[in-house]
Amino acid sequence: MEQPEQKIQLTVPKSTEAAAKQDDDRFTGSPVFDANSVSIYYGTFRAVTDVSLTIFENEITAFIGPSGCGKTTVLRTLNRMNDLVVGARVEGDIQYRGQSLYERGVSPTAVRRRIGMVFQKPNPFPKSIYDNIAYGPRINGIRGKKTLDEIVERSLRQAALWDEVKDRLNKSALGMSGGQQQRLCIARTLSVEPDVILMDEPCSALDPIATGKIEDLMHEIKSRYTIVIVTHNMQQATRVSDRTAFYSVLRDDKSDTRTGVLVEYGRTQQIFEDPHDTRTQAYVTGRVG
Amino acid sequence: MAAVSNQPTFDLREPGGWRRNKNLIATGLMYLAFVVILIPLCFVLYEVIAKGAKAISWQFLSNGTIPPNVMPLGQGGMGAAVVGTLEITAFAALMAIPLGILGAVYIYEYGGRNWFAKVISFMADVMVGVPSIVMGLFIFTVWVIPQGLNGLSGFAGSLALACLMLPLIIRSTFEMLRLVPNHLREASYALGATKSRVVLTVVLPAAVSGIVSGSLLAVARAAGETAPLLFTIGAVESLNSNLFSGATTSLPSQIFSNALSPYVGAEERAWGAALTLIAIAFILLFTARIVTARFTRYTR
Repeated sequence: MEQPEQKIQLTVPKSTEAAAKQDDDRFTGSPVFDANSVSIYYGTFRAVTDVSLTIFENEITAFIGPSGCGKTTVLRTLNRMNDLVVGARVEGDIQYRGQSLYERGVSPTAVRRRIGMVFQKPNPFPKSIYDNIAYGPRINGIRGKKTLDEIVERSLRQAALWDEVKDRLNKSALGMSGGQQQRLCIARTLSVEPDVILMDEPCSALDPIATGKIEDLMHEIKSRYTIVIVTHNMQQATRVSDRTAFYSVLRDDKSDTRTGVLVEYGRTQQIFEDPHDTRTQAYVTGRVG
Repeated sequence: MAAVSNQPTFDLREPGGWRRNKNLIATGLMYLAFVVILIPLCFVLYEVIAKGAKAISWQFLSNGTIPPNVMPLGQGGMGAAVVGTLEITAFAALMAIPLGILGAVYIYEYGGRNWFAKVISFMADVMVGVPSIVMGLFIFTVWVIPQGLNGLSGFAGSLALACLMLPLIIRSTFEMLRLVPNHLREASYALGATKSRVVLTVVLPAAVSGIVSGSLLAVARAAGETAPLLFTIGAVESLNSNLFSGATTSLPSQIFSNALSPYVGAEERAWGAALTLIAIAFILLFTARIVTARFTRYTR
């Protein structure tokens, strides 16, 4: 487990995009995100180097890789969540449905309104269950009680939570179990009807049963949303995702720096059964990481 | 299971000797510290109640004419001082609380690494340590003197107390904002909220109980201050309910002038005023607890 990356070949990947496209004969959806040589910095630290990948509509894309490889950083760049981190900076171009996300004049608020996010730790507001769901619609200007009631019910039903909470909508959301809280957070994200949902290790704090429920939920809402999920659990990636991006840490011993790189990106089946890169193979077979 | 006769190779019993004694000594010292802290507190409360209780009556609290020092207890009352204290403190709170909360919100939520926010934050820290009499002198110089005799007023006192409260409120609110977990802010941002929305609908509601109790602590502390009022409100013996014009009086000022007097009646009035002041502070803090308990309904 100790710094396994050093043992393996230290080359920056050639364009994995081309390889991904080759395998991609069953491709149906249109591209949602199109990242082109994206590097992300925190201050002077280059956390991620030269990532290029395309994420497709109505698919679940999984980001896997060892800790510190920058998968969460890339995820948070997709809805400009990293703007909130002081000193964070993005180089390169990320297109979202043909529009550049980091162009001058793009409002992070408008971006996040379309690209929602579910976090690693369930983070319901210290408000009632109802107010948690109604929060998003309310900040977007929806006021009518009837409309809000409908949105709350629809969102909770979509998140398969309605039957469990319909009798205690006015109780504190913090009184729910961890799995319920996470599904509440998903319902809260669904309430503003986003186009894309980013999930940052949504099941890492949950038991297998709650995890299973969330995975079922992801399959169910896939037809309406595009989902990008970061996970440490490779079984989860194989269970839920259509495509997988494997990231790794690239170390430079001379300057004692490290940075995250995208090693391989393709159909999940291909990544796990026929990886093209030795590092991917080492990781998915469990020999490394 | 099998070898019952085998000697255990480990010992799970409570260790004796020096280690246990260390534990006893440390525990004993903690209890001692607790008692030491309680002694002055109880002593002050006991003294004030024992000596002040007999002065308290409805007349003492409501009669607007403060008798001359030579008069025995039973003549006139501290009504003027009670009204003065309540008015001056309330108006000071009205000025300092919104300003202090807004200041802290600016420093923590908007300032970031901005030098301006750093300067304000540093100034607030410095101001916490400024002696209260300096606040009084400051208002005396910039507000009272330019207006001559008309300068002395309850409002001038409010200004001085507000200067005193402001850094305390900024400091305590800042600490409360820091305690609001970042993941709550992120949850709100991820739904497309603007910064002002996040502050108004997530951060402030989550911090409100701490902000309220911090602010009321500052108010209670200011209500008992004498020094900032010495130069700013003047001294009168009759009721002046107009905050904005004419000299007025306050409970701390009356305690100060009466306690200095050699007459028995005056001393008793000073004790009575002290008890009244403590009661006001107590009521304020008690209210703060009730209010914050209501606000924190949803935090588990």
